[in-house]
Amino acid sequence: MADRSAPLYESGEADRLPAHNHEVYNTIARESDFVELRRRYLSFTVPATISFMTWYILYIICNNWARDFMDTKVVGNINIGLVWGLLQFVSTFTIAYFYARHARKSLDPLASELRDEFERETGR
Amino acid sequence: MSTAMLVPLVSGDTLTIVLFSAVVALTLYITFWASRQSKTTTDYYAGGRSFSGFQNGLAVSGDYMSAASFLGISGAIALYGYDGFLYSIGFLVAWLVALLLIAELLRNSGRFTMADQLAYRMRQTPVRSAAATSTIVVSIFYLLAQMVGAGSLVGLLLGVTSPGLKNLVIVLVGVLMIIYVTFGGMKGTTWVQIVKAVLLMLGTVLITFLVLVQFGFNLSDLLGAAAEKSGKGEAFLQPGLLYGKDLVGKFDFLSLGLALVLGTAGLPHILIRFYTTPTALAARKSVLWAIGLIGSFYLMTLVLGFGAAALVDTGKGSQIQTSAGNLASPLLAQAVGGGEGTLGGSVLLALISAVAFATILAVVAGLTLTSASSVAHDLYANVFKKGQASERSELIVARIAAFGIGAIAILLAIPAQRLNIAFLVALAFAIAASANLPALLYNLFWKRFNTMGAVFSIYGGLIMAVLLVTFSPVVSGTPTSLFPSANFDWFPLRNPGLISIPFGFLCGIVGTLISKETHSAERYDELSVRALTGAGAEKAVVH
Repeated sequence: MADRSAPLYESGEADRLPAHNHEVYNTIARESDFVELRRRYLSFTVPATISFMTWYILYIICNNWARDFMDTKVVGNINIGLVWGLLQFVSTFTIAYFYARHARKSLDPLASELRDEFERETGR
Repeated sequence: MSTAMLVPLVSGDTLTIVLFSAVVALTLYITFWASRQSKTTTDYYAGGRSFSGFQNGLAVSGDYMSAASFLGISGAIALYGYDGFLYSIGFLVAWLVALLLIAELLRNSGRFTMADQLAYRMRQTPVRSAAATSTIVVSIFYLLAQMVGAGSLVGLLLGVTSPGLKNLVIVLVGVLMIIYVTFGGMKGTTWVQIVKAVLLMLGTVLITFLVLVQFGFNLSDLLGAAAEKSGKGEAFLQPGLLYGKDLVGKFDFLSLGLALVLGTAGLPHILIRFYTTPTALAARKSVLWAIGLIGSFYLMTLVLGFGAAALVDTGKGSQIQTSAGNLASPLLAQAVGGGEGTLGGSVLLALISAVAFATILAVVAGLTLTSASSVAHDLYANVFKKGQASERSELIVARIAAFGIGAIAILLAIPAQRLNIAFLVALAFAIAASANLPALLYNLFWKRFNTMGAVFSIYGGLIMAVLLVTFSPVVSGTPTSLFPSANFDWFPLRNPGLISIPFGFLCGIVGTLISKETHSAERYDELSVRALTGAGAEKAVVH
């Protein structure tokens, strides 16, 4: 359980989790590899999140306020509303696939290097 | 077909009871097998972190595809056509929030509960108390939905309407879930979840296939037949039968849509599943599997719902109408099996009913475990004992808590039978999105965020969501309200998300800015490195 023998802060803040290896973490945080990892992570997730949220909320809004458009027949009994609904599935699968690929190619190698460095430094 | 002659040999009810008993026996066996392997807190709370991405992906899907999804969504499609399908879209897109922003980072920076992550760089007592409160509130609403569902499902399937028997079913489900959680812990609960997910997928694939065969695998023909049989014609395939009939209704739908898409990544029973994998990579893989499984499942419920509308009576006074759609899947199974009174029909009806029962049992177990973990790990070990509790005492408290929460859920579920299941689930999502998601996101991505901010956003979102529902038409003012004769419904929307989610985010900002605390910002880099790289993350237990 929690190790109280080495408190990081001397302000009497007993109500905190004890920090282990605080300095090692802070050193890694300043390294260019970590800054790059963080940039690569956010450069995918932020635009992707904005895109799928906009795409989804637009769909909800059109269900409410653009019904004639949604009712337009595409083929047989299938209308734009249903096609757009199914496209939400397609977009979800697609974004998930591309995130997995991005993570495997661009994030995992950097993360594992930094993790190795942390383990060397701390002897874990 | 000569199968009709065989009917007297196998009564549908007998078969249903045999299959239900088989489900109970199998899950109890898994539970006792798992209990012999659970020794430490990591075993009990996180299944030893030894589940692979695929296994946990199945378990996550199992947790998510509750009776409300399986019975509720196909039922809503059977009754309201296109609009019934909208629930599943929000439920699926929501997984991207979990995949991109939460799952891996949470796995790397937490231990057992949602509060572990939130309290990482904050003062323990206030943050853990707040997180435990919202965990328990969200889980109890979700739990009530499942147990109410179990009562009406079993009652309807066995053709019994007596309130006494429904109560007995609720008590039985409650007792089983207490047994699963007390003895099996996370390991037992996860395996129950995996078995259930496999059964549910197989059952759904089978019925979907049998429906599609009848329509020559032509979706357009299926939709046409459903629209015609529903008596609503074209309107059945267009938006508007269930949501957005007037301006208030349109905003209510927007509110529901937001709650669904932002709620998933704040559901505590989903969040703690990410701790059961050995690495963040495995946590990512489990979300990818979950997206694939849940997505295909919802595509199949589309066929089930329209299939039920096309092949089973959904008119006034039909069983599907009186069960609010909940019996659409089981009755469709009966119809594609050959119809009422045939051997095929009886077998498929019993099979799908047993799958639905397994679904309910597995989901209630997951929810009870989540609450019990939070009581034992957050409230007892960290708030009450200040992190000095022994592992043994923490495990004893977890088991007592599972018993207590099970008992509370049973007591609440009996009067809650008047409430609509889909509403209870949507409310749980709204609270999760308002109280939990803002705090989780701020903690991961905003350095300045601090204890006061976390406490404000959790309680602010939670209280606002509950207050708005209390003063909504759900509780008073309309004939279908909880208190139909009272009138304090000054908030027009049934779902509070549209107001309470932004409010939760705003509270986090206000709380953070009025606090002078600096320690939480000093440890932000530590949290950030740990979350993104997995350096120092909790490891799997090697037995």
